[in-house]
Amino acid sequence: MSRKTFVSVLVAYDVFGAIKPLSINWKDGTKFAIAQILEIKRAASLKVGGNGLRYTIRIENQITYLFFDELEKKWFVEEK
Amino acid sequence: MEKIILHADLNNFYASVACLYQPEIRSFPVAVGGDQELRHGIVLAKNELAKKYGVKTGEPLWQAKRKCPNLQVVPPNQKQYLYFSRLARDIYADYTDFIESFGIDEAWLDVSASTNLYGNGQKIADTIRQRMKEELGLTCSIGISYNKVFAKLGSDYKKPDATTLIDKNNYKKIAWPLPVDALLYVGPATCKKLALFNIHTIGQLAQANLSILKQNFGKSGETIWNFANGLDQSPVRNIHLEQTIKSVGNSVTTPRDLQNLQDVEIVFTILAQSIAARLREHNLKSNVVQISIRNNQLLTINRQATLPYPTFLAQDFAMRALSIFQKTYQWQYPIRSLGLRATNLQTGKQAQQMTLFEQQEEQIKQENLAHTLDILHRRFGENCIKPAVLYQDPTLSNRIMQEEQIGSIL
Repeated sequence: MSRKTFVSVLVAYDVFGAIKPLSINWKDGTKFAIAQILEIKRAASLKVGGNGLRYTIRIENQITYLFFDELEKKWFVEEK
Repeated sequence: MEKIILHADLNNFYASVACLYQPEIRSFPVAVGGDQELRHGIVLAKNELAKKYGVKTGEPLWQAKRKCPNLQVVPPNQKQYLYFSRLARDIYADYTDFIESFGIDEAWLDVSASTNLYGNGQKIADTIRQRMKEELGLTCSIGISYNKVFAKLGSDYKKPDATTLIDKNNYKKIAWPLPVDALLYVGPATCKKLALFNIHTIGQLAQANLSILKQNFGKSGETIWNFANGLDQSPVRNIHLEQTIKSVGNSVTTPRDLQNLQDVEIVFTILAQSIAARLREHNLKSNVVQISIRNNQLLTINRQATLPYPTFLAQDFAMRALSIFQKTYQWQYPIRSLGLRATNLQTGKQAQQMTLFEQQEEQIKQENLAHTLDILHRRFGENCIKPAVLYQDPTLSNRIMQEEQIGSIL
């Protein structure tokens, strides 16, 4: 069962105002650099509950989702 | 050319949004309910599972829980509803700019001009449903037809997450057997009256004698007859035209039942103040006042009346509301909630018809005073200066004003 975990994210804004997440700071202090953003689309997370801009990201060799909840202005992941 | 109109209805909207954010309650019967302490303890919305237990919108929470002991009650979240409503509109706007909202969770779309790009009505409807599920996490039912009325019937026909086509070939088969109150504008009162003419289904209405309907129901008799026959011609409004404000109104369920005219005057005064301030903010005036009275048996009465001149003064609305009230209400039961609405809006600077006998000068003086009060309220808060009537029952008026502020933020 996955759960919704809000995370601290370092981001960059481009000149058009688009947000690009650079790295995720995990709750234990580990920093995960985002190697690649594969897709950005609006999506619901039925697994953990919520909705937002869903970034499909690669961290090292792992592909995972990072959500930006536009209503709450918070980032979250589906923690396994 | 025949129009292609979709009517999209987000299924169990409030409850679905709640379930999206709380997956753990998804497999339970869920009701969205108001605050019990402020006497809003009624079911505002429910999901499919709760529906199976017979939970009804509008019934008290305690009653719903008796029917369904494991009912999960969640508080409403207006911010989320508005957000999802906007997201849904954004999806619709990818297919047409003829979008007309009907409440927060329903909309008509005229996609007649988009079929070359996106496929026929069915294809567009199915794409929208798929996107709703993926992007919003919500399901919707969509009706497709050549007029708005049948499109709406279609979206009600099969739920959840379904597309129903009602065209000129099948409307007699699909729409006509439906009960007549499924039709737009046929409320409980009209339905009852139609039953006297042995009209129980939409088909029976469609085949009824038009002149008899007109005789007994006036203009609306013709309207619903046209609806039943699929002759509704009304266009879907353009999204860009929809922004203009048509009316400004508020209603409030009071913290205790209202027992006498003074209570009513307090509530109307507060509602009128908020409405008048909003009209001034948008530089609008109104000369039609509507009131709604709901007694503690949950029976609602609506009445309206005109004012001799367009105004944005709270006292004009409050006094007119009170006079309509006195003519209408006989006090068989105490009152549970009151509503006030100003319609027939016109811009404050529009040339206006002067009255023969009213003192124009006095009106201008009062308007200046109102503007000054607005400035005071902005600087020092709503409580710095208030109409004297509110001091007659400070407990009641303060509670309502608190709620008013919550209401206007939402």
